[in-house]
Order: sequence, then C-alpha cells, then structure tokens
Amino acid sequence: MMFEPIPPALALLLGGALIGILRGHARSAIVLLAPLATLWLVWQVPDGVALDIKFLDYRIEPLEGSPVRRLFATAFALMALVGGLFAYRQAKWHELAAAHIYAAGAIGVCFAGDLITLFIFWELMALFSTVVVWCGGGPAARAAGIRYVIMHLLGGVILKVGIEGIAVHTGSIDVQPMLASNFDAAMILIGILINAAAPPVSAWLSDSYPESSPTGSVFLSAFTTKTAVLALILLFPGEPLLIGIGLFMVMYGIIYALLENNIRRILAFSIVNQVGFMVCAVGIGTEMAINGAAAHAFAHIIYKALLFMSAGVVVYRTGLNRCSDVGGLFRTMPLTAICGIVGALAISGFPLTSGFTTKTLISQAAANEAMVLVYFLLAAASAGVFLHAGIKFPWFVFFQRDSGLRPKDAPWNMAAAMLVFAFLCVLLGVAPELLYRFLPYPVDYEAYAPDKVLFYLQLLLFSGLAFFLFLPLMRRTRTISLDADWLWRVLLSGVARGAYGALGWIGARLAKALMRIGNRLRAVAARHMSTSPDGRRSGVFARAWPIGTTALWIAILLTSYVFVYYL
Amino acid sequence: MNKKEQRDHWLARPATVKRIWRVFVALLALTVLAQLAVSIKGYFGLDGWLGFGAAFGFLSCLVMVLFAKGLGYLLKRREDYYGGKEEPADDV
Repeated sequence: MMFEPIPPALALLLGGALIGILRGHARSAIVLLAPLATLWLVWQVPDGVALDIKFLDYRIEPLEGSPVRRLFATAFALMALVGGLFAYRQAKWHELAAAHIYAAGAIGVCFAGDLITLFIFWELMALFSTVVVWCGGGPAARAAGIRYVIMHLLGGVILKVGIEGIAVHTGSIDVQPMLASNFDAAMILIGILINAAAPPVSAWLSDSYPESSPTGSVFLSAFTTKTAVLALILLFPGEPLLIGIGLFMVMYGIIYALLENNIRRILAFSIVNQVGFMVCAVGIGTEMAINGAAAHAFAHIIYKALLFMSAGVVVYRTGLNRCSDVGGLFRTMPLTAICGIVGALAISGFPLTSGFTTKTLISQAAANEAMVLVYFLLAAASAGVFLHAGIKFPWFVFFQRDSGLRPKDAPWNMAAAMLVFAFLCVLLGVAPELLYRFLPYPVDYEAYAPDKVLFYLQLLLFSGLAFFLFLPLMRRTRTISLDADWLWRVLLSGVARGAYGALGWIGARLAKALMRIGNRLRAVAARHMSTSPDGRRSGVFARAWPIGTTALWIAILLTSYVFVYYL
Repeated sequence: MNKKEQRDHWLARPATVKRIWRVFVALLALTVLAQLAVSIKGYFGLDGWLGFGAAFGFLSCLVMVLFAKGLGYLLKRREDYYGGKEEPADDV
C-alpha cells in the first residue's frame, strides 16, 4: 500500500451524511455508491494493525485487518448495497441514512483493533438501529424502539464496565481472545451476548424488528446480531459457556417461531435460532468450528435478508402482518414467493443452498470433538429450522388457503435485490469453495459427501412430512407469546406502579398528619395572638399592655442578664 | 364450484395437490431406500442405521411441535395483552 489505508466505515458514514443533504437521483446514487466504495475499501485493508493513534494514554487501533474481519465486513457492505437497492425507492430518506450509519457501525466493529474503538462503533450501531426501528412509524414502533434502545444502552453500559476493568487491570485494550473467568471479561461477554439476543433478553429482537418498516427489517436482520458473533469470535473463541447458550437459543427460536403468527416475527425468532448455531460454534472453538461460525454468519446474512425482503414485499403490498390474514399469494406474487422459498430452503440447510455448505461445518466440528449431545441437538435443530422457517414461512404466506388477496408482485428494485441474494444463496451452495477460500482457517472439508447429503435429505424431508401431518396442531391464532421481557414489561412495571401507589398513599397520610399538626399549631397561635371577633377576649400577645408593664419586663430582663453575666 | 376450481391456479387444484403428495411420499421412500446403495457411515454408530435420519427428523419435529403446543397454553396471550394493538403502521 502506498497510501494510508482508509477505514471502510468512513465511506458509509459519509454516505449517510450525503443522503441527508442530497436529493433525487444524486441521493439514490449515493445509496448504492457508498456501499460499493466501502466494499472496495474493505479489501484494501491489510492484515495486522493498519492505523494507530495515541489518545490519552491509550493506543487506539481503529483499523486492524484479518481474514475473518474482512469476511464479516464484506457481508455487511454487501448487505448495505443490496439492502439499499431493495429500499431506495420505497424507504424514507432518514431510514436510508440511518441504515448507512448503522452499517458503518457494524463495519467499524469489524476492524476495531482495540476495545475503545469497538465500543464507539458498538454504540453507533445501537443509536442508529433505533432510528431504523422508529422509521416503522406509528405508536407501536415508537414504543418498541424505546424498549429496544433501553436494552441496547444497558448492554453498552455493561460492555463499558468490562472494558474499563480490562483497561485498568491489564493495561491493554487490545481486542484479543480471553475467557470469561474474571469479572471484567464476564461483563464484556454479557454486553456482547445482549446484542446477540442471548437469553434471557432475546425478546428485544422479536419485539422490535417486526415493528420496523418493510425495508427497515431487512437492514436490522443483518448487522447487530452478526457483529456480536464476530465479537465473540475475536474475544471469546472456545468459551465453553457459549455452547450451552447457543443450544438454548437454537431451541428457543424454534419453539417461539412455531407459536408465532406475525410473519416477520417468525423470521425474527429464527434469527435467534440461527445465531444460536453460530454462538454454539464459537463455544466449540476449534478451527473447524470457527470456520463454521464465520461461514454460517456470511451465508445467514444473505438468506435471512432475502427472507425479510420476501416478507417485506408482502407487508409492503398488502399492509398485513399476520399469517392468518394472508395466504395464497403465490398466484400474483410468483417472484416474491420463489425468492422466499429459496431463502427458506437456504436457512433450512437444504443441499445445493448456502445453508447446507455452511451449517454442516458446525455439525462436523461438533462430531470431530465427539460432542454427541451437541451434535444430535444441532441435527434436531436443523429439522426444527425446516419446520419453523423452511416450510412454515412460505406455506402460510404464499400457499395455505386462498385469502382472496391479489396484490401486485415486487417493484423492480425490490425484485432485483431479491434475485441477487437468491442467486448468491444458490451459488454458495453449489460452489462452496468460493466462500471457503476466505475463511479464517484452511478448510479441509467436503460438503457434498454422498452419505452426508442423504442423511440431511432424510432429516429434512421427513421434517416436511411432520409439518403437513401435524398442521392441525399449528393452527394460527391471533396471539402473542409471553417472553422473559414480561418480567420487566409487566411484573416490574406492576411493582413500580405498586410502589408508586404505596408512596402516594404514604405521602397522602403524611400530608394529612402535617395538616393536622399545622391546624393545631394555628389554633394555639390563634388563641394566644388574636382577638375574638366580638373583641371581648384577646390572647396574651394580642392584648394592649400598659407602657409601665413593658418597662418592668425590660428591667427584669436586663437585671437577669447582668446577673447571668456575673455568674 | 367445479368451474371455480378449474379457473384457480393449477397449483391449487385438488388434483395437483394429490399428485404432489404422491411424488413427495415416493421421494421420502426413495431417500430411505437409497441408504441401501449409499451407506451412511455416521459419527456415533446409531446415526448409520437404516432410516435413522428420517426417524430422527420426524420424531424431533413431533417433540418440538408438541412442546410448543403445550408451552402455548402457558404463554399465549391476546394480541393486545401489552396494551398496544398489533396493527401495522399506517404510513409504511
């Protein structure tokens, strides 16, 4: 490199600012050009620390490259580009600008060489993703956005506590592998896991994403959780806690998605499920597992965005959010349906899709470590993914029954974005080497071993059979499902309201008591200081005393003073 | 009624649905029978049994559906439980 490398996040930050300033075609051009420039810059970042600045007593490294960092940054830049194509004609300008800065935050985290840089970009993401949630419009989005930002600012504070501790106790703020064996590292881990939608706070994700606009949820699906996965790869590879947390997330996502009726909330729960696979892989921590986590994150960003695009077009065209309100849409929305099905097959890990070539890396890593339970739970989860996202989403939205709705298919830019991502889902499934080349460790893995393909075909197709046989058990109801957020949305607010009421009661009693004391004092004062209305009786202090008496009293006072003085 | 069915999309006609079911069941049988030709080595012994993937996939789905169903009785609430209506925003 002849020049100082430029931090790729700057291009998107600039893009976000320009979107606000420019109008018309110039703005549209920026929506697409800024991510392109970012993509180019991402690939100019060399390995190792490329920039360092002295700030106070710290060595800040805003730009540090490595294969896994570039891989995630590539996925994010690609997401900003294709998401921009999907959104630029339909979304409000402030949503586009916020999405750019949000993406810049994600890419900034990718290349953060130190914890301070990481924290700054982390918070940038939190703030501007909240704006994207708010762009959903309406009171529901506003309330969900406030709950969302409270959770993320809280996570940020916990992360900051950990970072401060690390800085004070070790003197190094480098981003480097650690174990959650002390308080500081544990705080950092918790801060990151909050962004990964780990239990018990998974609900922030399914609460807020479905309230955003049809275009906003596409952006939201990509950045926050996958940045957390990268942070886990960089900071906590091989942390055994993560295996259990990941498996819990996998199962949580499936069960809640099975109960859900809101189209985009089903997909939101399946983000938690998919991130669970990655968190579990980071916990396993071998080279194969880390490769699996990185590859799966890359593939996941693409197919999950594709699914949210497909759902977004449905919401955009029909204005309906519930499975029970739509159905049979394949008649007039064939392209959206096909792209949705491609995304659904990819998320299920069907052979010939990107999900198959990346998720099986994680299963293989579990098998290599002889983790029997983990392996079988992941296999069961793969079946469950097909159940809750692979079939459920396309079936209830595009088939099921004829709802009588005949909406138009996707506008051309939305269709183009979906086609690009659908193509990538298949491309990475057919030619996995394209992705394997860029993984952090050398890949020695044959995705299409015939027996493996056969095993997964059995697993998935029989899950499909189970879906259609047990369809009566999965009737859609117009309900929501309680989550851990019930604790603070209902219980805690109930306790707060109760405490408020109790304090109010105590306050009222106190005021009454004070009033009574005051009244009594006033009565005493009135007795001694005032004259009765008829003028007959006057208090001691209200009477007119003769001058002589006064002089006498003054004399007594002075005498006693002199007396006391000589004592 | 019959005419209406004829006018509907070919994919939604009962005859097509029946045909799809037949193909699907044949496929299911095929994936299990194919194991006679391609032996699945498996990692832990039992996952190499004939039809293990099929049975495991089917049963895990059954367990998950039933578990979700049961949990649903406990966790499901009306959409307006939290006060707000679940209606989509008007200005999308």
